Amino acid sequence: MNNAKTRERLNTPKTSTWVADNIVSLIFVAFTIFGFLVSDGVTINFFLTELSSRFFRNAFLVLSLVIPVVAGLGLNFGIVVGAMSAQIAIAIVRYFEFGGIAGLVLTFVLALPIAGLFGYFTGALYNKTRGQEMIASLMVCYFANGLYQFLFLFVVGVIIKVPKTHPMIKPDGVGVRMTVDLVPVENGGLKYALDKIWEIPFMWAILIVFACILLLQLWKIYRNKNNPALYRYNKTMVLINAALSTAMIALSIYSILTNSRLMIIRKVPVVTGLLIVALCVFNELILRTKLGQDFRSVGQSQHIAEVSGINVDKTRIIATIMSTVFASWGQIMYLQNMGTLNTYGAHTQIGMFSVAALLVGGASTQKAGVKHAVIGTLLFNSMFIMSPEIGLSLFGNALLGEYFRTFMVYGVIGLALGLHVWRTNKKGKITLN
Amino acid sequence: MSDSLLSLKHVSKEYSGNKVLKDISIELKKGEIHALIGENGAGKSTLMNILFGMPVIHTTGGYEGAIEIEGKEVHIKSPHDAMNYGIGMVHQEFMLINGFTITENIKLNREITKPNLVSPVFGKRLETLDIKKMNEDARNALDILDMNIDEFLPVAGLPVGHMQFIEIAREIDKTGIKILVFDEPTAVLAEAEAKNLLNAIRKLSQKGIGIIFISHRLDEIIDVADTVTVLRDGEHVVTKNVKDTNKYEIAQLMVGRKINIERGEGINKNIVDETILNIKDLAVAMPGERVKGIDLSVKRGEIVGIGGLAGQGKLGLANGIMGIFPAKGEVEFEGNNLALNDPKTAIKSGIAFVSEDRKGVGLLLDESIESNIAFSAMQINNDFLINFGAVKLKDSAKIRSHAVKMIGDLDIRCTSSMQMVGSLSGGNQQKVCVARALTLKPTLLLVSEPTRGIDIGAKKLVLDLLKQLNNEGMTIVMTSSELAELRSICDRIVIICEGKVEGVLPPDAPDAEFGLMMSGSRHTEGSEA
Repeated sequence: MNNAKTRERLNTPKTSTWVADNIVSLIFVAFTIFGFLVSDGVTINFFLTELSSRFFRNAFLVLSLVIPVVAGLGLNFGIVVGAMSAQIAIAIVRYFEFGGIAGLVLTFVLALPIAGLFGYFTGALYNKTRGQEMIASLMVCYFANGLYQFLFLFVVGVIIKVPKTHPMIKPDGVGVRMTVDLVPVENGGLKYALDKIWEIPFMWAILIVFACILLLQLWKIYRNKNNPALYRYNKTMVLINAALSTAMIALSIYSILTNSRLMIIRKVPVVTGLLIVALCVFNELILRTKLGQDFRSVGQSQHIAEVSGINVDKTRIIATIMSTVFASWGQIMYLQNMGTLNTYGAHTQIGMFSVAALLVGGASTQKAGVKHAVIGTLLFNSMFIMSPEIGLSLFGNALLGEYFRTFMVYGVIGLALGLHVWRTNKKGKITLN
Repeated sequence: MSDSLLSLKHVSKEYSGNKVLKDISIELKKGEIHALIGENGAGKSTLMNILFGMPVIHTTGGYEGAIEIEGKEVHIKSPHDAMNYGIGMVHQEFMLINGFTITENIKLNREITKPNLVSPVFGKRLETLDIKKMNEDARNALDILDMNIDEFLPVAGLPVGHMQFIEIAREIDKTGIKILVFDEPTAVLAEAEAKNLLNAIRKLSQKGIGIIFISHRLDEIIDVADTVTVLRDGEHVVTKNVKDTNKYEIAQLMVGRKINIERGEGINKNIVDETILNIKDLAVAMPGERVKGIDLSVKRGEIVGIGGLAGQGKLGLANGIMGIFPAKGEVEFEGNNLALNDPKTAIKSGIAFVSEDRKGVGLLLDESIESNIAFSAMQINNDFLINFGAVKLKDSAKIRSHAVKMIGDLDIRCTSSMQMVGSLSGGNQQKVCVARALTLKPTLLLVSEPTRGIDIGAKKLVLDLLKQLNNEGMTIVMTSSELAELRSICDRIVIICEGKVEGVLPPDAPDAEFGLMMSGSRHTEGSEA
């Protein structure tokens, strides 16, 4: 019972290496760099413009996956249900031709109860399919998709009477059109309703973001100085981060002052960015509450949580509801940026792509954080931007790159799940020691 | 008495007509350490389940008798009720979350929170955790136990001894804890850790907490307890003041049985002075039944009994030899070195195994009796196969005739050889297992828990069968939790304790000898390890 033992324990070598832990992320970094090497058509400006717009489109959706992982539900492919709720809300708002910021807020408000209700049902289903939540979440997407199509292709028009002449409705008066124009915000629509509120140049955004990161690192060091034992941190990581942020700050200040080529990169939407930051902060703060602690307890061991008197089922349902609601808001942010609603297709890929992005960021089915979501979104979309370029320059055919995308998406999910099982087996293996 | 804390009055419990507890009365005073001792299946766990209002008790029809806490009769319907009455339990398997810090574990679901901006709207569950206060509370609880480990460290990787203390800290951190149950707390601890724990238990009792201490280690009971209650086969044998007794007496009371299966004739038959199986320093990683270095030799024609308490490693021995769990060491069989971790070789060289896990490892429940009997022989020895060169087909006729012969020989009660094994009774299932082992024509038969879960009549049949096989020249190593049956057919009995051979006894040794050896309290004579 002495402290020497505990000190010793802190220094015990880790069982897994850094490379093994981050193998998926490293593959994607390598892929992107490879893309830059082989393709000559990609300028850094094009790449960053694409990347930033894709990031602001997708990050919220990926972040919505974090809570279910913490609560032990694994990767919630069921965020597709949230996306459908969002599309229902958008359809309602567009049908009555609301638009602008007020229309957007209305969409968010409408999506909340719809997604909440569906999230409740999804959560209840996960409780019935304990241990197979991920497969159940995949299946629930297909099932929900059927209901969604029933609603949009049949109920609208046959049960809910709508005028044939409405631009959203198919010419025969039954069902919603394949694509619905969301109409630019200047013309009273939803397109860019969020993004256009306030935009700043890309390098300014870089400056602000990295200044924040630098401050965070300094705070970590300061906190550790005050109480070294309680607030431990990875010294090399903090130093690398600090150095990187300083470099980026210098670069952004330089390009702002000299008005370099980097200033032509498309401006970034501030409000969208703030919402993403808000969800990041929320994901972190919720873990410091009683509810968050319950998420973690349930995620770590349902049995022990149950014995300790935590209502496991209810906690899991709350986690699912939160995830579904955030996903629906994420889908709204996605669609207002796209400008058109692909009524029967916009939601189908969301689950797979978001999950893949999260995994690329280094998350697993049991461990995920804001960091993984952000890094994952960046890396995953880099791959998306680069793969047609690689296809074009290597095989003279951009379409091959397109196949490659699909291959990478499913490959990465398979690899991450495989690695996870492999690691669990290794841990669970009975040995003589 | 006025300082009576808990009294169980005439408590009985039935599981589907089977009385597992008969009229137990126990009195626990404030600050008393009350030891509870008994063999596996003596009813200790059932008694504690009743005390904790475990759902399993109420779904099987509740219990008879009354429980009083501080003189008032209480009805404990759920573990939550038990907690409210101030009953705490330190579990044998740790209820700790590995990824959490010590504080988080101690405060699990009893976290201290403080309001924040959103909590007034969304309710108490969104209040922020007050980590500082939680750490302070955890610190206090750890200080009571003299643990100067940092409370903000993660639990993963702590030595088991520390984990045990964290469990205790969690219980004493609960407000109003009056009764604390320790379920074999020292079973997983090293000696020094166990000593610390016993000191902590003493300290807690001085604070007026009543302690129920379940243990197999007699020395500890003598050392720490004030009173000891012995249970045997669900009956309350005796409650004694520890001062008025000694470990020999307790051991005898624990093991002693009224009914002993009679030892029949035919003993000391054709044992040849030739070692058939020689085990040197065998270690087996069977979860819950770890073997930590056993040396043992078996002579041709013997029946060797392997006894000991649950979790001490007696089941690991046979499983290790057969390669079912990872094993290390040297095993010599009929003069040849036996490759470990390779079931196929073990079976091929002439060892057959009847597993204790009849329904998991032993049988294909949805297959017929005849397939079950022939299965291993088909896989290992290529028996019962018609060879067409590239393809091999099952020789159904041969299997059928062999199965029918076995059914006759072993008296398996069934409608036909095509009956599903799953629909047979436990005793007959066991015989199918034996039949399959015999089909391999082994020279050495390892039998684990052959009578587990079967009724008394069938037990006798299985034991008689083993005896008969032995008379026909087969060497048998039989592992069993039931000492009485080992004593009824074995030539000598090896007692395993803490993964090692504690000693070897003749079947007619006195009860107390067995009791002491099983609880590991006799390290002087007869120890081979």
